[in-house]
Amino acid sequence: MEEANKYVKEFTQEKYKFGFTTDVHTEVIEKGLNEDVVRLISAKKNEPEWLLEYRLGAFRHWLTLSIPTWAHLRIPEIDFQGISYYADPTAKKKDGEIDPELLKTFERLGIPLNEHNALAGFAVDAVMDSVSVKTTFKETLREKGIIFCSFSEAVQEHPELIKKYMGSVVGYKDNFFAALNSAVFSDGSFVYIPKGVRCPMELSTYFRINAINTGQFERTLIVAEDDSYVSYLEGCTAPMRDENQLHAAIVEIIVKNRAEVKYSTVQNWFPGDSEGKGGVFNFVTKRGICEGEGSKLSWTQVETGSAITWKYPSCILKGDNSTAEFYSVAVTNHHQQADTGTKMIHLGKNTSSTIISKGISAGKSENSYRGLVRITPNADNARNFSECDSLLIGDKCGAHTFPYMDVHNNTAVIEHEATTSKINEDQIFYCNQRGLDTEEAISLIVNGYAKEVLNKLPMEFAVEAQKLLAITLEGSVG
Amino acid sequence: MNTATKNFIDLYTREREVIQSNSSEIINGLRTDAMLNFKKLGLPSRKLEKYKYTDVQKYFEGDFLTNFDRKPINYEPSEVFKCEVPNLNTVQAFLLNDSFYPTIDKKELLPKGVTVGSLSQMADRFIEWFAKYYGKIANTREDALVALNTALVQDGVFIYIPKNTVVDVPIQLINILSGDQSTLVNRRLLIMAEENAQVNILMCNHAVSAVDFLQTGVTEIFAGENAHINFYEIEETHSRTHRFNSTFVHQAANSVVQVNTMTLMNGVSCNNTNFHLAGQGAHADCNGMTISDKEQHIDNITLIDHAVPHCTSHELFKYVLDDKAVGAFTGMILVRPDAQHTNSEQTNRSICLTKEARMYARPQLEIYADDVRCGHGATVGQLDEKALFYMQARGINRDEARLLLMFAFVNEVIDKINIDPLKEHLHQLVERRFRGELCNCAGSALNK
Repeated sequence: MEEANKYVKEFTQEKYKFGFTTDVHTEVIEKGLNEDVVRLISAKKNEPEWLLEYRLGAFRHWLTLSIPTWAHLRIPEIDFQGISYYADPTAKKKDGEIDPELLKTFERLGIPLNEHNALAGFAVDAVMDSVSVKTTFKETLREKGIIFCSFSEAVQEHPELIKKYMGSVVGYKDNFFAALNSAVFSDGSFVYIPKGVRCPMELSTYFRINAINTGQFERTLIVAEDDSYVSYLEGCTAPMRDENQLHAAIVEIIVKNRAEVKYSTVQNWFPGDSEGKGGVFNFVTKRGICEGEGSKLSWTQVETGSAITWKYPSCILKGDNSTAEFYSVAVTNHHQQADTGTKMIHLGKNTSSTIISKGISAGKSENSYRGLVRITPNADNARNFSECDSLLIGDKCGAHTFPYMDVHNNTAVIEHEATTSKINEDQIFYCNQRGLDTEEAISLIVNGYAKEVLNKLPMEFAVEAQKLLAITLEGSVG
Repeated sequence: MNTATKNFIDLYTREREVIQSNSSEIINGLRTDAMLNFKKLGLPSRKLEKYKYTDVQKYFEGDFLTNFDRKPINYEPSEVFKCEVPNLNTVQAFLLNDSFYPTIDKKELLPKGVTVGSLSQMADRFIEWFAKYYGKIANTREDALVALNTALVQDGVFIYIPKNTVVDVPIQLINILSGDQSTLVNRRLLIMAEENAQVNILMCNHAVSAVDFLQTGVTEIFAGENAHINFYEIEETHSRTHRFNSTFVHQAANSVVQVNTMTLMNGVSCNNTNFHLAGQGAHADCNGMTISDKEQHIDNITLIDHAVPHCTSHELFKYVLDDKAVGAFTGMILVRPDAQHTNSEQTNRSICLTKEARMYARPQLEIYADDVRCGHGATVGQLDEKALFYMQARGINRDEARLLLMFAFVNEVIDKINIDPLKEHLHQLVERRFRGELCNCAGSALNK
C-alpha cells in the first residue's frame, strides 16, 4: 500500500511532466498553406509524382470543405494560415547522425533510442514534429520480413505497397481533417507484416510536437497479411505552450485473412493549463478494415491529454467471421473537451464487435461518447455489444452519450447500455477511513473503474496509463 | 430554399386573410413570428440531425386541399363513426380534420369548472389566460414543423381542469381525417391541469377516406403543482397518412405526467415529445409502442429536460417491425447544471421480423450535474429462439408461439395504462393487429 501511495503521490504532485521543450535547430518552413507549400513538402521528401498529385488532389478537395461542427465541442477558430506545416529538427546534420539533444529529449520522455538500453520487446519509431528521428530494431525485424520504418522511408523503398494501400481505408474525401492531413502529411510509421508472421516484439511510435506554431500531421499505415499478428502502440506528448497546437493524423489498418492487429494508444498531448489556456487540438481519423475472413482488429485507447479530442477509431468488418473491439478510457479535467467513440460497420456475415467506453469527467470539462453501429443488409448474424459508462467528478463538468444504431438486417443482435453516475461517496469514505486522502481515493477508484480497459493494454503501457489517470485527475477535488 | 418550403410560404401569403378571419385573435397573434421562423428554418432536410431518419420535405410536397374558410360540418360524427372502448364510459369530443365538432357526448359527466371545447372559441372567451399560455412552450424558433403549425392552425381542442378537481371519466378525443382528395390538416391541443387536478385523456386518431393526408399537430400540456395527467394517444390511420406531431409538456413541482403514444396503423408518423421538468419532485413517464409492417415509417423523438433537482423520469419504447417497415427512435435525456438527484431511465427495445425491416436507435444522454443516476439501454434483435422452442415443445405451433412472444413484448407498454378497460381493449386490438385482422375500433376504410 505504501508503495502505491508513494507513486500516486509522486505523480499527483507534478503537473504535466512532459511540458519541456528541446532546444534544437529546427528547420521550419514559412507559415501558411497553399499549393506551393504542398509542393514544397513533397519536394523536401523527394516524393514521386503520383504522391504529389495525391496531395494536391487532397488539398483542392480540402478547400471545398469547412470544419465539421456536429461534435459536442466548442472549437475556437483555427487559423490554418497561421501554422507552419513542416518542421524538421534533424535538418542540421546531413551525415545521418542524430543531434544528441534529440536523443536526450526522447530519453527524458522515457523512450531510449539506443537499442542496448531499450525495453525488451519494444521497437520504436520516434517522430518529432514532421520527421521520424529514428526507428529502432529495424534489422532484427527485417530478418522476419517485417517492414517497420518511417512513412517517408517507405515511400522511397516500398512505393508499390504505399501506392496500393495508402488512402484505401481513409480516402482524402473522408472528412475535413483527413483531407488536410492527406495534403500536408509529413511523416509517420509504416508497418508491413508478411503472411504467417507473428511479430516478435511490440511495435511502437512515439510522437512529439516540439517546435512552436507548427502542426503535426502524421500518417500511420499498417498492413497485416494473412495469418499474421502485430501489436502496435502509439504514444504522444507535447511541450507546454500558451498557444494551441494542431494535430491531425490519419491511421489506416488493413487486416487480411485470419490476421490480428492490436492497436493501443496512450494519448497525452498537452491538455492546456488549469485555466484552459493552450493545449493541443487533436483531430484524428483512425480506421481499420477487417478485410479477410476471420480477421480481428482491436483498438484500445487511453485519452488523457489534449485540449480538444475529436477521434473515432473505427472498424469496417468486411470479412466474414471477423471481430472488432474498441476499448476506451477518456479522462477530461479542467477545461478539456473530448468527443470520442467509434464506428463499427458490419458488412460481412457472422461478424461481431464489442465496444467498452469509460468516460471520466472532472473540473469544467466536457466528455462525450459518440458511436455508430451499423448492420448492413448482407451482414447476417451480426452481433454487437456496447457499454458506455460515464463517471462525473464535480458538478461543473458534463458527460454525454450519443450512440447511433442502424440495423438493416433482422438476424442482428445489438445491445447498448449506458449509465452515468457520480463517484461513489461510500467508496471514498472507505478509503479515507483507511488513511488515503480523497485525491488518492479518487485515483484508486477511477483506476478500478477503468481496469476493464487498462487490462487490454500491454503491460508497460498499462502502468503508464494508470499513472496518467492519476495525474490528469490531479486537482479535481476540493 | 426547397420547393416544399416555398409552397407553404406561398400558401400562407395567399390565404393569410382567410386563415385569420376564421380563427381567434390570440391564435392569429403568433402567426407572423412563426412564419418568419419557418422561413428562416425551412422544412427540415435529412441533413438536420433531428430529422435524420425521416425525409420531411418529401411528405410536404404536392397539392393539398385546405379548409381555411371553415366549411360547416353537416353531419353528426358520433352517428357515422363509432370509437367506443368496451366497458368504459368516456366523455367524447370529435375533431373532424381540424374542425372541432360542437356537440360533446356525455358532457354532463364532467365535474363543474372543467372545460372541453374548441380552441379558437375558448381563446376568444379567456383572452388573458390564453395570452399567458398559448404557444408558450411550443417553441417556433427551433423546429420548422412547430412554426408551420403555429402559422397555419385555426382550431383544435382546449381542455382545462381547475384546481383540486379530479375528473373520473376519461376524456376521449376522436380525431377523424376525411376528405375527397389530398388534405392538409393542422391541429392544436392545449391542455391545462391546475394544482392537484387529475385527468385521463385518450386521443384516438383515425382516417376514414382513401386519400393522402398530411397532418401537422402541436399539443401543449401544462401540469400544475401536484397535478396528474395521463395522456394516451392511439394512432390507427392508414398508409396514406403522414403525421408530424409535436407534444410539449411543462411540469410544475410534484406533478406526474404520462404520455403514451401507441402506433398501430399508420403511413408515416413523426412524434416529437418534449418534457420540461420545471418543478422539484416532478415525474415524467414517456412511453411508446409501435407495430409496423408493409412500408410504414415511424419516428419517435423524445427529449426529457431535467431543469431542476429531485425529478425522475422513465421512458420505455418498443417497436415490432415487419415487412419493409422503418422504425427510428431518438431519446435525449438532458440534465441541466444543478439538477442534482435526478433519476432517469430510458429503454428502447426493437424486434425486426424481416430482412427488409430497418431500425435506427439513438438513445442519448447529456448530463451536466454529478449527483445523478441516468441510464439508457437499447437493443435490436429477434424473438427468442429458445422461448419459441419451449412453446413448440409444449404443443403450441410456431406461428402462435411467435404471436404470443410479440404480444408479451409490446404488452409491457400497454400495461403502463392505468385504465383497465382501455388496457383490455388495447390488448385485443394488438392481438388482432398481429393476426392481420381488421381493427374494428376504427371502421377505417383502409385497414387491412
